[in-house]
Amino acid sequence: MSAGLFVFAPGFFDNEAVHVALAVGTAVAIVTAVVGVFTVMRGQSFAGESLGDIGTTGGAAASLLGVGPLAGFVAIDVLAAAAMELVGVQRVRGRDLATGVVLGAAIGLAALFLYLDTTQGSGNGSTVTILFGSIFAISSATIPAVVALAALSVALIAILYRPLLLATVSPEIAAARGIPVRLVGALYLLTLALATALAAITIGTILSTALLIGPAAAALRLTTRPLRAMLVATAIGIAAVWVGVVLAYDSYHWPPQEHGWPVSFFVVALIFLGYLASGLVKWRQEREA
Amino acid sequence: MSEAVLTVEGLGVRIAGRQVLDGVDFAIAPGEFTGLIGSNGAGKTTLFRAILGLQRPTSGRVLLGGRPRSRRGAGIGYVPQKFLLDPDLPLRGRDLVALGFDAGRLGPSTRLRRRRAAVEEALAAVDAEAFADTRVGRLSGGEQQRILIAHALISRPRLLLADEPLANLDLRSAQEVVSLLARVCREQGVAVLISAHEINPLLPVMDRIVYLAHGRAASGTSEEVIRADVLSRLYGHHVDVIDVHGRVLIVAGAGDDADLAGCEETVEHTEVIQ
Ligand SMILES: Nc1ncnc2c1ncn2[C@@H]1O[C@H](COP(=O)(O)OP(=O)(O)OP(=O)(O)O)[C@@H](O)[C@H]1O
Ligand SMILES: [Mg+2]
Repeated sequence: MSAGLFVFAPGFFDNEAVHVALAVGTAVAIVTAVVGVFTVMRGQSFAGESLGDIGTTGGAAASLLGVGPLAGFVAIDVLAAAAMELVGVQRVRGRDLATGVVLGAAIGLAALFLYLDTTQGSGNGSTVTILFGSIFAISSATIPAVVALAALSVALIAILYRPLLLATVSPEIAAARGIPVRLVGALYLLTLALATALAAITIGTILSTALLIGPAAAALRLTTRPLRAMLVATAIGIAAVWVGVVLAYDSYHWPPQEHGWPVSFFVVALIFLGYLASGLVKWRQEREA
Repeated sequence: MSEAVLTVEGLGVRIAGRQVLDGVDFAIAPGEFTGLIGSNGAGKTTLFRAILGLQRPTSGRVLLGGRPRSRRGAGIGYVPQKFLLDPDLPLRGRDLVALGFDAGRLGPSTRLRRRRAAVEEALAAVDAEAFADTRVGRLSGGEQQRILIAHALISRPRLLLADEPLANLDLRSAQEVVSLLARVCREQGVAVLISAHEINPLLPVMDRIVYLAHGRAASGTSEEVIRADVLSRLYGHHVDVIDVHGRVLIVAGAGDDADLAGCEETVEHTEVIQ
């Protein structure tokens, strides 16, 4: 078949894998946008990146045990977030060190698990899926868990919104007002762990930060209010996932034809373009102002 | 004196083996303007933190309205000393003020109308309407100071603590902030405790002074405290108080070389010279 002149390749709307991908992608884009705006504001993108990478360990372990990757991502990320909190990720000085130490240990384990995976198990396929994601391979049975975890994270942020915002702007003022800054920070870290795990099943552990940070960073350039930034980031995230899914589905008709291109490539590239575009918009706004 | 808003009794704080505060005693009446004067490292921030319940005292106690504190931060507005705001933080001045209204609450805001009205009122009280829609991180130091004061005032505290709000401000902005705080103190009946390392900008407005040196405090009206004998006892060596055209100059006694090396004296000295 020639590289088609179509936006939606034949069968796009009837394909179950596409439906699952769009449903999961949408839920994940919403959580990562909402959580990501705080990640950027709190300067915790390194923690987000690390939780993403650490997810590899959980995904590989899950594959060895023969359970789905989502359970592995969630378990390891929540554990890692708890470890970071205990070692002191919230204190600026300790933050990078604590994250780095936990990250090193976990990635070492990931190396072992992935090695065992490839030697005795399913071959290289699972390694690539864990690292770079495979949104078309998600089973529809995973949807309820994805939606539940996404709803939990967004609900936590909605409940904590005001104390969390003040603690982000000034931990000192927040503490003086009686807000339990450490607890609020720890709960936030939990939502970060969940959001990262959800991003990992969508576009892979290594790329998960792209979804977490990219739309949020672009949105924060465009608006002066956190809630609006969350809406804009959600729009950017959903657009990147949907267009990415469409293009990936189309790409089965592109060279080299045997396989489609990876969805993650499209999603991440679109987020990157969105980020560049936001810079351009902001530059023009400021020049006119 | 009616029931004091704040009573500090024999307060001692030890941090890392150092006695930062030692037997500090003073009380503040409702609506009073009090200056907490002390040089760098005298313990001003530590005293504020102890009042707020963020620093546990090793001895003595802090009473609010005559009673031990019930809940941390209740009834006290606080403007901290160091305030570094990211210029890209997506938060307007009015959003930060609004957080003062109900930041302690969970879930979405339910009293939006009342909050909006309270925000307008607080912004007007500090003359901040003109820059309330700019990102806070991009405001000047003096403008940020006003926003933070509005943030602290919106919850209608009985006591406002401002930690060195005049640092990093030029003379004119500093005077503006002082007269603003004095006005707020008068109009809203809120007691103000403001720390500073220089005494002169506050002299015209202070009802009371708490002078901190070496972790100990002397308090009273400025006539009672800014005297050679009182300050000499506090510093533990001879100190002179000189009146220069209505400005006070506090200097170490002449011929006392060891004392001149101490930073307190030098700091006061150079500041008055400026
Ligand atoms: N957490 C801490 N650990 C160790 N030392 C501390 C701590 N907090 C305060 N100190 C010490 O206590 C003393 C008083 O500090 P504080 O910050 O209260 O002074 P200050 O009067 O506010 O000074 P400045 O004018 O510089 O703000 C200082 O010598 C400081 O080094
Ligand atoms: Mg201080």
